[in-house]
Amino acid sequence: MELISPTEFVRDIVQTIEDYSLLAGQSVANLFRHPRYFADMLQQADLIGVGSLPIVVLTGFFTGAVLALNSSTTLQRFGSLSLLGQLVSVGMVRELGPVLTGLMVAGRNSSGMASELGSMVVTEQIDAMRALGTDPTKKLITPRVVSTVFMLFFLTIISDLLGMVGGGAVARGLLGINSHQYWSTAWQILTFQDVFMGLVKPLLFGFIISTVGCYYGISARGGTQGVGRATTQAVVASSVFILLVDFFVTKLLMAVFGYQ
Amino acid sequence: MAAPPSTIEQRLPSQPDGATEIIVFENVSIAFDEKKVLEGISFRLNKGETKAIFGVAGSGKSTILKLTLGLLKPDEGHIYVLGEDVTQMRENDLFDLRRKIGMVFQESALFDSLTVRENVAFRLLEEGNIPEEEVEKRVREALSFVELEGTMDKFPSELSGGMRRRVAIARAIITQPEILLYDSPTGGLDPVTSTTIIQLIVKQRDVYKTSSLLVTHRLQDAFTMATHYFDLKANEMRPLPPGARGEIPMGFLILHDCKVIFDGNAHELAQSKDEYIREYIS
Repeated sequence: MELISPTEFVRDIVQTIEDYSLLAGQSVANLFRHPRYFADMLQQADLIGVGSLPIVVLTGFFTGAVLALNSSTTLQRFGSLSLLGQLVSVGMVRELGPVLTGLMVAGRNSSGMASELGSMVVTEQIDAMRALGTDPTKKLITPRVVSTVFMLFFLTIISDLLGMVGGGAVARGLLGINSHQYWSTAWQILTFQDVFMGLVKPLLFGFIISTVGCYYGISARGGTQGVGRATTQAVVASSVFILLVDFFVTKLLMAVFGYQ
Repeated sequence: MAAPPSTIEQRLPSQPDGATEIIVFENVSIAFDEKKVLEGISFRLNKGETKAIFGVAGSGKSTILKLTLGLLKPDEGHIYVLGEDVTQMRENDLFDLRRKIGMVFQESALFDSLTVRENVAFRLLEEGNIPEEEVEKRVREALSFVELEGTMDKFPSELSGGMRRRVAIARAIITQPEILLYDSPTGGLDPVTSTTIIQLIVKQRDVYKTSSLLVTHRLQDAFTMATHYFDLKANEMRPLPPGARGEIPMGFLILHDCKVIFDGNAHELAQSKDEYIREYIS
């Protein structure tokens, strides 16, 4: 393995951050420039949104179910099993729904974008597109960013709902809690702040997933091995980025909304 | 397609007097990871001329094509394409210029998720304001030029290497660009398929008078191009009649040690006393 000097290592990191920021900025700026590729956006929305639906449904349902199952023993100890609906709905809507949906979609689509664009780079298809007078950031990146942001928002809502359904199924089937009681407490506890926090996150996560995936894809070098490396890096970077941003956004929104 | 020319004078594209310079390289240098690839190279390509670029692997032949398109920026020097300095242009402005240039990549670089029809029509579809029937007609024309009308609905992966190169040529010529850049169009192909590709390049040169740069390491391909013309009536490439040599607007450029060591025609190349060139062409 080749050793690199600390200076070079830092320079590489700074260069990566600079290149990523430029690409992310350009993907947004392209929204205000012609041409806009609506057909490509729809195609990507189908691939990213509809294609991710099964994993999001399963993840959401079983996360809600296991959350209910794990919390029930603690709540039972304090004689507060009736609060199960509240716990599941707040947990799903504020945190688990957005984060787990983001991570699942990152695993599926960030890697997909990196490998697709990476293969196009190493087979000179990106250069061919530029040579044909088409801007690859407009044709390939912006549609993926728009579609991921848009579809992750709705996938998160579906995941939240399915999580509550999963929790409800455990509450009714295994813990004998009345369905009406579960749903009324689950519904009543949700405030505007909770829902707002839960719906801002997927917008940011969608942006992270798509821009990180596209960045690693478009900067892939070194043939098929390079594409494989880009795919792995895209999933790792987008997952870590999601968890970091989740913490800081939660902290920021809690400060804004005055949570204690 | 144009009416078949009848006389040899009509058949051969004449080099215009005081020819307009289509591509000009002025003291261009570029290095990758501090390794110099091109150093102070200068040459000109005139309107209607085809220039074959030779050099050993890694000598910067393909880099010249990418520099011409503005896909790479030189470290030093200026490159003028159709009168515009591509070294000073922003990426967004370059897209307009690139629409006037066609490029055939070394490995074809066809979009593997699109059919042959969609690949060839890519430029027209990107323009967005061309009726579907017109697009279909022009795709058929371009594919008929490379004699591949039957492959419209196939994917690139279903085609042979030679067929992919021909589709790449069809994609490059569909808008009848002013300049064509060929990057090793015959590399890795068998002699029969190579001759077919060379015949298409000669056809494009002689029928449409397109200026072009051709990167190759097959000297025999360039000599074939310098000694043959395309007979539209017979729809095939034919050797020039004795005494007609020199009328073909065909130039040769040889790169060695990051520099241009030869820039001239086939006759001058054959007469060269340079030791490296003698060895190269022997």
